[in-house]
Amino acid sequence: MAFLGEHLLSIILFSPIVGALFLLLVPSERKQTIRWLAFLISLVPLGFSLWMWFGYDAGMPGYQFVEQAVWYEAIESSYHVGVDGISVPMVLLTTLLTPLALLISFSIQENVRAYMMLFLMLEMGMLGVFLSLDLLLFFVFWEIGLVPMYFLINQWGSANRKYASFKFMIYTMAGSLGLLLAIQLIGVASGTFDLVSITESWSTLNQPLTVLGLPITLSIAVVKRIAFWAFVIAFAIKVPVWPFHTWLPDAHTEAPTAGSMILAGVLLKLGAYGFLRLVLPLYPVEAKLYAGALALLATLAIVLGAFASWGQDDFKRLVAYSSVNHMGFVVLGIAAAAFANGTMLAGDAVIAVNGAVLQMFNHGLSAAGMFLLVGVMYERAHTRDLNELGGLFPLAPIYGGILIFTAMASLGLPGLNGFVSEFMVVRGAWPIFTLFTALSMIGLLITGAYILKGIAKVLHGPLNEKWQGHEMEIKRLEVLAIAPLMVLMLWIGVWPAWILNVINQTVTRLFG
Amino acid sequence: MDIAAFSSETIVAILPEILLLALAGLVLLLDVLTRRRTGVMATVSTVGFLGILVVAILFSRPTSGDTLILGGMLRHDWPAFTFKAVLLFAAAISALLSSGLGDVSERGEYFALMIVATLGMNLMAASADLMMLFLAIETTSIPLYVLAGFVKGDDKSTESGIKYFLFGALTSAVMLYGFSLLYGFAGNTNLYSLAVALREGFLSPWLIASMALLVLVGFAFKISAVPFHFWSPDVYEGAPTPITAFISTASKAAGFAVLVRFMLAVFPAIELQWTWILAVMATATMTIGNLLALPQKNIKRLLAYSSVAHAGYAMIGLVALSTFGAASIVFYLAAYIITNLAAFAVVILFARTAGSDEIEDYAGLSRRSPGLALALMVALLSLGGMPPLAGFVAKVYVFAAAVESGWIWLAFVGVLNAIVGLYYYLTVLKVVYLYRSEQEDVPISVPRAYGIGLGLCILAIVVIGSLSAPWLDWALQAAQSLF
Amino acid sequence: MQIPVLSIVVFTPIVFGVLLLLFPADRLRAIRVTALAGATIALVFSIWAYFSYDQALGGYQFVEQYEWIPRLGISYAVGVDGMSVPLVLLTGVVMFTGVLISWGIDDRPREFFAFLFILATGVFGVFVALDLFMLFFFYEIAVFPMYLLISIWGWKVTREYAAMKLTLYLFIGSVVALVGALAMFYAAGGNTFNLFDLEQAGFSTTFQKFWFPFVFFGFAVLGGIFPVHNWSPDGHVAAPTAVSMFHAGVLMKLGAFASLRVGIMLLPEGAKFWAPLVLGLATVNVVYGAFIASVQTDFKYVIGFSSVSHMGLVLLGFATLNSDGLTGAGIQMFSHGVMTALFFAVVGMVYDRAHTREIPQLGGMMKYMPLVGVAFIVGGLVSMGMPGLSGFIAEFPIFMGLWQKQPILAIIAAISIVITAGYIMRVIGGVFFGEVPEELEGNITPINRYDKVALILLAGILILVGVYPSIMAPLVASGARNVLSLLGGA
Repeated sequence: MAFLGEHLLSIILFSPIVGALFLLLVPSERKQTIRWLAFLISLVPLGFSLWMWFGYDAGMPGYQFVEQAVWYEAIESSYHVGVDGISVPMVLLTTLLTPLALLISFSIQENVRAYMMLFLMLEMGMLGVFLSLDLLLFFVFWEIGLVPMYFLINQWGSANRKYASFKFMIYTMAGSLGLLLAIQLIGVASGTFDLVSITESWSTLNQPLTVLGLPITLSIAVVKRIAFWAFVIAFAIKVPVWPFHTWLPDAHTEAPTAGSMILAGVLLKLGAYGFLRLVLPLYPVEAKLYAGALALLATLAIVLGAFASWGQDDFKRLVAYSSVNHMGFVVLGIAAAAFANGTMLAGDAVIAVNGAVLQMFNHGLSAAGMFLLVGVMYERAHTRDLNELGGLFPLAPIYGGILIFTAMASLGLPGLNGFVSEFMVVRGAWPIFTLFTALSMIGLLITGAYILKGIAKVLHGPLNEKWQGHEMEIKRLEVLAIAPLMVLMLWIGVWPAWILNVINQTVTRLFG
Repeated sequence: MDIAAFSSETIVAILPEILLLALAGLVLLLDVLTRRRTGVMATVSTVGFLGILVVAILFSRPTSGDTLILGGMLRHDWPAFTFKAVLLFAAAISALLSSGLGDVSERGEYFALMIVATLGMNLMAASADLMMLFLAIETTSIPLYVLAGFVKGDDKSTESGIKYFLFGALTSAVMLYGFSLLYGFAGNTNLYSLAVALREGFLSPWLIASMALLVLVGFAFKISAVPFHFWSPDVYEGAPTPITAFISTASKAAGFAVLVRFMLAVFPAIELQWTWILAVMATATMTIGNLLALPQKNIKRLLAYSSVAHAGYAMIGLVALSTFGAASIVFYLAAYIITNLAAFAVVILFARTAGSDEIEDYAGLSRRSPGLALALMVALLSLGGMPPLAGFVAKVYVFAAAVESGWIWLAFVGVLNAIVGLYYYLTVLKVVYLYRSEQEDVPISVPRAYGIGLGLCILAIVVIGSLSAPWLDWALQAAQSLF
Repeated sequence: MQIPVLSIVVFTPIVFGVLLLLFPADRLRAIRVTALAGATIALVFSIWAYFSYDQALGGYQFVEQYEWIPRLGISYAVGVDGMSVPLVLLTGVVMFTGVLISWGIDDRPREFFAFLFILATGVFGVFVALDLFMLFFFYEIAVFPMYLLISIWGWKVTREYAAMKLTLYLFIGSVVALVGALAMFYAAGGNTFNLFDLEQAGFSTTFQKFWFPFVFFGFAVLGGIFPVHNWSPDGHVAAPTAVSMFHAGVLMKLGAFASLRVGIMLLPEGAKFWAPLVLGLATVNVVYGAFIASVQTDFKYVIGFSSVSHMGLVLLGFATLNSDGLTGAGIQMFSHGVMTALFFAVVGMVYDRAHTREIPQLGGMMKYMPLVGVAFIVGGLVSMGMPGLSGFIAEFPIFMGLWQKQPILAIIAAISIVITAGYIMRVIGGVFFGEVPEELEGNITPINRYDKVALILLAGILILVGVYPSIMAPLVASGARNVLSLLGGA
């Protein structure tokens, strides 16, 4: 037990990949065995992250469950992992969504073993990003997540998957290229990759680097500026911040259902997490300088994302664009914090960031749920065209109920989770960026419009005759997959304190 | 340095020459007695040469310093001894290669001429006097003229003999003119006294240089340096192949022995001039030899031009004008001779079965006879200068000598030429290994004697290449007494 | 008595090569088994050398020295440091897998393996040489079998041209470097070729500046430096599979290593003076190679040009002349060697079955050869510097070194990463996924177990080094420190 306790994070991080290797031993024809085995494997990190959740002491400052081991000492990088109040909910979200996504993937028929292995590898990549306390390690996991996602889209996606996967790969590679260069630059300029020590020294560093005996001739201001923009662009692509979002609808639409769930549920959070973990602590000055621009982009994302979503006739694209819209609130909260850092408004900034982190978690739940439901519908109807659906409520009453519930959570209906986090972001950002926040209200309005449009086109209106007699109802397994999400949506909506407490303590320490 | 009286020491010093003469007589006698039984002559000659080689190594080693013998006609020293050993080895292999070559190999006079030529070469290597030198050169040349044209029925062989003779006679005449001028100005015929006389005679360097040039003509002919190389491709092509091998190895080495000794002994006063002349000649020899080798279609002509080029490389060692440079020549020639003999052995063996010297007919050799192909590859790569073969180390030493003496540009000329050389050697290997022919199932027969000779050469190529230290020491010892 | 590990490694291949020539040509199985035995022995001893190298002690280890040509101060001296011991291991691995992959060669396998083994001896010899003459000696031994291997067993269309081009390019480079080496020998007093003595010879700055380009670029030809890289893609493509593996995997490292060992380590002042030029050319290598690779339609040419690009990174790392850059370059030599061996093995397997290497005419290979596909994907990810694999571990420090030297070049060179990702994805998509062309349907036979062992071994090494860089990085870093001490710690 002591061993498990001391290596909790490593176990969470590596159990998926170890399990994936274990899958190799099962003959590839035995699909059902592989499916269940993969599902069971994905429960292991979930179990351990629940342990971590309950063992996490919100009141204690700094990182917890820290582990450090030799990794790449030649360039002063080590295997250094740990969690704080921002990463704990993200880890939980990841380990929760993965088993659900695997459950919904039981309908996959081709190359089941490869699919499951890639999925588990993807989980490891995402967890690694949230757990890393070393810049190099962060980057390693950041990139590792890309590969399985590429193949998931490329192999198990829908018609236009080749184009979408290529676009996804090149966009994110290009983004991470800047990240890579910036990390190298920071490593050279500070002589280490350890996030804890860099965070301490880096933000206050302002004398020429050569004075410190570091072998670099660039001035510190230049280094910081280059690195700042490289980070911002990389994370902005991932979030995605308007106008870097164009890969997202393609990738989401073409990915298999479970891929979309994880993509929207977790991968997008990586970008936002990067802002919170790296950009704001490392570049407070630059971040403050450009916070206004970021807020503008966030507002545009909220408004334009909503409009774009409204204009879609493809159910999945509609949900995909809604992610742009919802992630806009996360960025707005982050921008507010960046601007208000160290000013009178810091209290409001804390609220905004709390909202942003919670919104990350919430959007993870609702977007995953929505994609799951879209996937279910597509599997029945083999079309995602909203104009071909319609009037399906009588045919699939349970599905309809779940869809309405999840859509309402996404919409921000009070009493469900989306309302809490969006309200907090708006409340926190209002005194800081009044105009932008006000404008983003328009986005909220349109959100209502597109969600209702989606529900109406699928469930209500005249029944398209060709579905008569089709089995449209949701299956038990799929209900099982979405049920935990619905429980959490309701729970956070009614009583958010259990999770906000964890987030708030850390956020207050960081931005208060 | 004293001129030793005629004594038992003198006998020992010229023991190889005496034995050669005896061997020539024996061969002629056997010719009459045995009435041309197949292979007897070749065997006797080969065994004779090897026996003399062993005797020379055992007894004729110079022991106490350098001595002039026979009234100052010959010099008994390490360079002479070394060259003699090399020459005897080359002669032995050439004789071995001559066995079973149709009518030629069954005639006593063929071998007798070869032995006499070898005798002349041995004397060339040891000559310390203008008179002796000229006699030795002619003793070498005249039998070779005959041998080159030995196959009377063959037009090419006849052409070869005549051409060789005309060129040789002309250059001999020019050289003799140079000798007479030298004698006229110095009043002496001993090489080592000439140098002193030339220095004390306050002659203009240009005059001495022009005499040197005249003499060089003769030597350049012997070593087939540009521009006196024109005879070599035709002679090589037309002459019986063992004779080609003999001319391209032993005769060339003897020429170098004379060249090195003569230039170093007689013309120290104008070193600056003649090193430049030789540097230019070496450059021209290497470059032209290699370039002309490129388009050749006949393996013997190709080897002829390649041997021209190799004379150029060896001359670099002389230009360097140092002990190490001279040693590098000796080493280079030894390596070159063994390698070239191996190459010619393959050519002869191939021609025996396939009846052709055209490179394109070598197609499929690697399938017909993998061992022979491998031997040819080793020989050609050694000529091209690839380790771990003798040719590589030899080239390195020559270039090292050039760099040591500051002739860096010459070293670069040399290495660039080595690349051109490699190109045409590889072209031959390509035909051997890559191309197919219809006669792949006809193996090339390799008589045991040839097999042994070829195997010996190949082994020597590898051993000299990978364990060159003792041979280099020997060469250095030879070189030391040249200065 | 200490076991002469390095001598065993160096001479095992050639002994077995000669042994092979003694077999009757028709005993194929005996020949193959003997070849495999020889490769295994070399591999085992190179693994032994790698893992028993004492990092704490550093410096050159397993040193053996015997007089060779004492008159010229030439000795047979071998030893390895942190820079060279991974390369010895690499050669062992590539040789072993090369033999496995070549199991199916039926045209004169005896000669094939014999030449391959002579080549291997040359390569091992260069990596362990502590004597300049010996280094040259083995360097040339490594070059010439290439000609025969390519021209006899190569791709019929271009083999003659490619083999000749390759041999002449490399030979020109090496002889030019040879003259430089001779100049060093005499400048150091003309009595030693020992590398340590030459390091301490104290050549004048003028001398170093004059001779550095000859020596460095002479060897760098084999490292594929722009603009004399042209032999390499042609050579790679024309060569038979095992030879491509050796060629790109090991021989190019030979050039890079020799230019480091002789160029930079013996002429440090010259290196400092010429470093900007090398940096510039190597950057061109990196970016240009990637661009050209991305427009090729021949599968093998893509890989061939990718080697040009990746070797550019090695030279870039050298030219930074700092700890990070050199460490990265050292790891990159190993990583690229294994990766490209893997690539060419895969290309060979695909070509043997499909009889075409045109990407548009291929497709869906994953269906028939899943392991080959996975192996190629692993290699591809290494190639694009994906973290978690060895390529990243290698490239990262190179870029760190570059930031310290020329930040702008770091940014330019980084472009190649995206281009690489582009063409690798294209190849993976075009060859392994998608529809199987009709004419190939049913013609694709599965690979044999020898192929499988080779692929798993190569891919496993790439992953191992990527996941756990400590297995190699500190070692190479110690070698880099050794180089830096000669550069005056700069």
